[in-house]
Amino acid sequence: MTVAFDEMTNADGSVRAAYTALARWLSNVPPDVLDHRRKEAEFIFRKIGITFAVYGDSDAQERLIPFDIIPRVLTGGEWARLSKGLEQRTKALNLYIKDVYSKREILRAGIVPEDLVYQNPVFRPEMNGQKVPHDLYVHIAGIDVVRIDAETFYVLEDNARTPSGVSYMLENREIMMRLFPELFAENRVAPVENYADELLATLKSLAPTTATSDPVVAVLTPGIFNSAYYEHSFLADKLGVELVEGRDLFIKNDIVYMRTTEGPKRVDVIYRRLDDDFIDPLAFRPDSVLGVPGLMSAYHAGNVTLTNAVGTGVADDKAVYSYMPEIVRFYLGEEPILKNVPTWRCREADHLKYVLDNLHELVVKEVHGSGGYGMLIGPRADKAQIELFRAKLKQDPNNFIAQPTLALSTCPTLVEEGIAPRHVDLRPFVLTGSDRVRIVPGGLTRVALQAGSLVVNSSQGGGTKDTWVLEES
Amino acid sequence: MLSRTADNLYWLARYMERADCLARLLDVTQRLAQLPVAYGGSTNEWRSALLTAGCAEQFKQLHGEDATEQNVINFLAFAPENPSSIRNCFEIARTNARSVRTALTIEMWETINTAWLELKRYSTKDMTREELARFLSFVKETSLRFDGAAYRTMLRNDAFWFSRVGMYVERADNTARILDVKYHVLLPDSEHVGGPLDYFQWSSILRSVSALTSFHWVYRESVKPWLVADLLILNAQMPRSLTSCYQNISRYLDDIAAYYGRQGTAQRLARSTFTRLSNSRMDDVFQTGLHEYIEIFVSENNRLGATVTEQYLL
Repeated sequence: MTVAFDEMTNADGSVRAAYTALARWLSNVPPDVLDHRRKEAEFIFRKIGITFAVYGDSDAQERLIPFDIIPRVLTGGEWARLSKGLEQRTKALNLYIKDVYSKREILRAGIVPEDLVYQNPVFRPEMNGQKVPHDLYVHIAGIDVVRIDAETFYVLEDNARTPSGVSYMLENREIMMRLFPELFAENRVAPVENYADELLATLKSLAPTTATSDPVVAVLTPGIFNSAYYEHSFLADKLGVELVEGRDLFIKNDIVYMRTTEGPKRVDVIYRRLDDDFIDPLAFRPDSVLGVPGLMSAYHAGNVTLTNAVGTGVADDKAVYSYMPEIVRFYLGEEPILKNVPTWRCREADHLKYVLDNLHELVVKEVHGSGGYGMLIGPRADKAQIELFRAKLKQDPNNFIAQPTLALSTCPTLVEEGIAPRHVDLRPFVLTGSDRVRIVPGGLTRVALQAGSLVVNSSQGGGTKDTWVLEES
Repeated sequence: MLSRTADNLYWLARYMERADCLARLLDVTQRLAQLPVAYGGSTNEWRSALLTAGCAEQFKQLHGEDATEQNVINFLAFAPENPSSIRNCFEIARTNARSVRTALTIEMWETINTAWLELKRYSTKDMTREELARFLSFVKETSLRFDGAAYRTMLRNDAFWFSRVGMYVERADNTARILDVKYHVLLPDSEHVGGPLDYFQWSSILRSVSALTSFHWVYRESVKPWLVADLLILNAQMPRSLTSCYQNISRYLDDIAAYYGRQGTAQRLARSTFTRLSNSRMDDVFQTGLHEYIEIFVSENNRLGATVTEQYLL
């Protein structure tokens, strides 16, 4: 593997401009002070109750996501380019989904293969020919980005369903400002705390045109046993809107109401953190007790906005991902600003052959997988694992893509042995309203805490960092 | 606000109040059980604690008739089988708090969450008396802190009022049950009147609702049974008296009604109970029979709880 690009230190040992102040501070601060603050941060996280549940781990019902107190820094210039690319990509995602559920020009033009849409389990025939408010589908996107050198950012994944993690972005900043006020005095860091305001403005702008000028917004959660419940309640609180469960809502004459102490109250926009499958037992999984019977019918009648729209999964699986550059060109007539990681589609015979011949140096992912589960990291796998994937690939090539093992950039991170480089990625959150696109500078940086590890997912022991975008001086 | 949210707040307050009452009850019971028999120390204090806590039946299913210090403390404070043990009160309170975090202030949430984390530090087996004392004062402090946090930080709107109604309904129930279980010692025709037994029993009742000092300030004489009953039932100055509880319940239910612009059965029930309490005199209470008087009150209080649920929380 090539040596990874470190975001703080150049190969010659000099410090990159963005990190000047931070590096100076790090070299001056005594190790026991850092350690002390780290413990303080953990104590605060636990006290506030910022926890998540790991499925299948009954031991640790509520765990903390490890928080690394050394921030990750981007310059204003780097961010400006990134955010332009993110906006472009989200626009294309929206146009693509609209097309898939209406005219299907991109399929007819032969750019995206039809079976990728029609045979996709998250394609929702219920959405065919249905109009959604303001023609927008992906209102809240979490676009995962990785960096491989000073110039190059790759998009790793488009999360167009119910991306999570934004509460960590906000809490990480809160805690950093509490623990290290002196650092914020030395660095001009763009604030992120306006995220909730931006989100509320976005959600209100998306209300059906029939709603009043002050639409009622609610956050729909599966409930306290969901792994991201903390985030749901956190967001509802910051937005100042009700956090509802399915049982709090009911439908009458295709209108959505919530049960309140003053009787039924109409709801116009539902920021749902519940998968398509569960939102309406009458339309999707009949065994779902989390959803609201009749919600889809109200949705089709145009009386409520669901964010994100139903059926956005057709745009964010890993097979469609490989077509994103073409999708951007097709709808916008522009070159994509953000690159894709070079991707082999195992569904294509010549790609499959290449992948099978080079398994030991590729990362193989399931098309519909997420959370870092069910993937093969060739260079780190033993023979048995490689052979297992070879068999899987031959049996069902359509279900896989492969990518080169990327040398993800590293950032200085506080670990047992002191400060050491660890691999990171970035999830910025892109908000698309009917009026405009809003992106709060930065996003959530996830860090793989094991030396050499590339898996940043919180379900597999990854941690998070505060992400700074410096104001240009 | 969401009916579910109101329901959660109402029960959250009830469980916090219940934990506090249980802690006081255990405190007092231990004090009484340690007294020499001549001073009122008796063998069945622990059974009487179970009766007061209203869970003698559940206890029986688990331990039979054998009510010892160790198994009663364990049952009331820690037993997972007892839905109203202190531990379960805190567990349920935290679960409720988690589902209505948006309706709580940070201070309230942190109080509950910290207590819940700390609860794990208290081992249930073989607790020494010292450890138990520490545990009980931790429970009482948590309730105080929670109550104070609510009072100092919550917006004065329906969220606050529903949680207050819950707290006072629970408190009234507890005061009434303490009186009821001890009512036989309150009857003034006992041959022991004025004896040491009475004194310690009565003062233990006062202590269990933290009113011993208040008693002396209000009546300026030695502890007498009818005065204890007067203080805990009729005296509006006494924050745990039935009258005071209903003064508050009526007031907060009226606030809710005014805020929503309409009132219902709950408001009328609360007001009528409050009026009846305000118009009672201690002589009348003893004439009807203290036990009967309290029985009627307890069932009215239960009816009010059910009515509030029906009117707002479903």
